[in-house]
Amino acid sequence: MFDWKWDFAWEILPRLITATGNTLLAAGAGYAIALVLGLFLAIAQRTPYRGVTFVVRELVEFIRSTPLLLQIFFIFYVGPQIGIRLSPWMSGMMAIGLHYACYLSEVYRGGIDSVPKGQWEAAIALNMTAVQKYRRVIIPQAIPSALAGMGNYLVGIFKDTPMLSVIGVAELIHTANAIGSEHYRFLEPFTMVGIIFLAISLPAAGLIRLVEGRVRRKLGLN
Amino acid sequence: MLDKSGFPIELSGANTPMVSFRKVRKSYGSLTVLDDLDLDINAGEMVSIIGPSGSGKTTVLRMLMTLEQINGGVIYVDGKPLTHMPKGNQLVLANERHLRSRRADIGMCFQHFNLFPHMTALENCMEGPVQVLGLPKAEARDRSEELLELVGMIAKKDQHPSRLSGGQQQRVAIARALAMRPKVMLFDEVTSALDPEVIGEVTNVIRGLVSEHNLTMLMVTHQMGFARDISDRVCFFYGGKIEEQGHPSELFGTPQRQRTQQFLSAVSEAV
Repeated sequence: MFDWKWDFAWEILPRLITATGNTLLAAGAGYAIALVLGLFLAIAQRTPYRGVTFVVRELVEFIRSTPLLLQIFFIFYVGPQIGIRLSPWMSGMMAIGLHYACYLSEVYRGGIDSVPKGQWEAAIALNMTAVQKYRRVIIPQAIPSALAGMGNYLVGIFKDTPMLSVIGVAELIHTANAIGSEHYRFLEPFTMVGIIFLAISLPAAGLIRLVEGRVRRKLGLN
Repeated sequence: MLDKSGFPIELSGANTPMVSFRKVRKSYGSLTVLDDLDLDINAGEMVSIIGPSGSGKTTVLRMLMTLEQINGGVIYVDGKPLTHMPKGNQLVLANERHLRSRRADIGMCFQHFNLFPHMTALENCMEGPVQVLGLPKAEARDRSEELLELVGMIAKKDQHPSRLSGGQQQRVAIARALAMRPKVMLFDEVTSALDPEVIGEVTNVIRGLVSEHNLTMLMVTHQMGFARDISDRVCFFYGGKIEEQGHPSELFGTPQRQRTQQFLSAVSEAV
């Protein structure tokens, strides 16, 4: 049916494995940026300073309403015109990090909103500073309900890394495409890339559920 | 020295009350909850607040804990303004920094306990002393264990709140508040969310505090018998004001105002 060549598949496997490493690195770094930046965006939307709240909320809305691809192009091609010169790698990670930070900020916001009002009041009654309130009381209770959403976006980021191929980051799709062009064979590389994505995404989803249960138990919330 | 609205910058003198509400006003939109409230509580005094729901009782405590913004008047704690701060010779609304410096005098227990669910009973008690007061852990632990002992919860110190009954949680919450060594303790309907059979274990703890500690206490309660037993003074609130106040024997025995009489007879019928 298909003209599948095993020896060719074996031959290109090392390159695809390297590309898998790059993909995981891009996804991981982008996710790390998104996790931290997203938290700041979420908290910034709850400060009593109206100006800050407004600007951050509009920024989040703006980024969530425009395609990731546009943001990647913008940072990589328009950035240098305003003096921000980043490598394809850096541009890609910044774009993914920023894009997903906005989505994660909504997840965090939901988690923070789910913490009962009495917890905030108890923190005030203990005379905590704003930082202590978030760090010691609110975030530990917000995380468990945010974990499912956080996990979904980890898989989401992983599946969005191929967008980085447009600015020449040698992730999986980019590499598969290059192999295909060199050998005039696309069946093996693209099939293998699909399997690699599947082999990582599926266990990741299960792992996330496992971690979620663990964290909840550790915080005594079950 | 008075500021331009006629409020003193500081209270001083031998009879300075521990807590002083001066013409305190609180409203939500057009609804006035506290209407020019004047209330002084002396050091070491136990004052109970009773009254129908919506009379502003709980708001009094929430204002004192700075959980609500003040709309008028000034609250003083230990002679110094709490809701305001001096600026030149004027009183202006307190900023967060001033609130943090004055709030340390006040502790509060809530109707729904509000223990931190991700911490054990002991960790709940140590949290404030370690994080906010900056005490060394060992010292905070000693202090917390002592207080858990006082409220009869030492055996459950390593349990999370979800494993404790309401009465047990409330006792831990009392220990947590005391661990901050406040001068004033606020009890906001601390027995209202409890099953009848465990109310006693919480009221007994409060009774013990009254007899053995020189704390200033302000309590909102629906338990008339308890208020009568332990209070130095009972305030009956109605419509955001103190309708009548006095020694419990007077207020419960020979209430002067018609509204007080109506409220007390309605309450006693319910029992």
